[in-house]
Amino acid sequence: MELQLLLLFMVLGAIVAVEVEDLLSSVIAVGAVGLGLSMAFLLLKAPDLAITQLVVEILCLIILIRATMNKDLPLIRDGRWLFNTSSTLIFIACFLIFAFFALKELPRFGTPIMRVAKEYIEQGLKKTGATNIVASVILDFRGYDTLGEATILFTAVMGVLAVIRRIGRIKSEK
Amino acid sequence: MKNKEQGMTLIVKTITRLTVGLILLYGIYIVLHGHLSPGGGFAGGVIIALSFIHLMLAFGRDTALKRFSQTAASILESLGAVMFLSIAIVGFVGGYFFFNFFLHKGKPFELFSAGIIPLCNIAISLKVGAGLFAIFVVLVLFSRDSGIPPDNK
Repeated sequence: MELQLLLLFMVLGAIVAVEVEDLLSSVIAVGAVGLGLSMAFLLLKAPDLAITQLVVEILCLIILIRATMNKDLPLIRDGRWLFNTSSTLIFIACFLIFAFFALKELPRFGTPIMRVAKEYIEQGLKKTGATNIVASVILDFRGYDTLGEATILFTAVMGVLAVIRRIGRIKSEK
Repeated sequence: MKNKEQGMTLIVKTITRLTVGLILLYGIYIVLHGHLSPGGGFAGGVIIALSFIHLMLAFGRDTALKRFSQTAASILESLGAVMFLSIAIVGFVGGYFFFNFFLHKGKPFELFSAGIIPLCNIAISLKVGAGLFAIFVVLVLFSRDSGIPPDNK
């Protein structure tokens, strides 16, 4: 029941974030959606995800407010109303059609198929010695995935540092 | 400090001076206890980066960059990545990638247990914290240098 209320709150926050005129209010509404997602993770008994979601949400809010607030972003709203609306409706219809077939095949909520994960849960403490089962999965059993994720973050940081650098930038009207 | 007012007001600076160390300590705690309690390298690294961002927002750019410069952030990030990769490669002494090469795993619920997992957490936290701080510094410097006059200084 609390989960449905949280989901409703997040949907309302997303609608506010899209529809409101002021950019600062929109960013704050996005932050409210992230907070609701963090509380949903906490209700689903995933505290690792809740901590990570909350912290990353705070960082994203600070970066959004601090680094993009000073610019006046152009707001393109005129023209192409028919094209935008029709393409949105087409994509929503595609999603619903595929979801109708795909979601029937998924296991029901709360009853996962425990084929590989049962081994991890039973043998995790004995094989790795870590009492946090999430840490033992992401850093020992599935360490290769974490290496890929770290590579993604490293590439992202290198890309940002290379694109937005001070060396070689043309001075603007100095 | 006299001629050019850097950062926010006196109230914010005082509160920041009291809290920023606690935030940094909390991040280090989350990293080091990542294999015992919820948290881990990623969340702890982001909290460490947030403590320096807190310092930068309150005291202005120069004070934060004096403590943790952009070059140091780049070096630390690369160091974290290399450390994580080398931990993975050292596992080849046991036969395969990411082998947990400590034979004595230690007792559960102790700080020094679980083999390579705390080392991996420390490497990931270095990488994430330094990388996100570098991104923030670069974005702030970019918005400051790009011809738009700074409005709150």
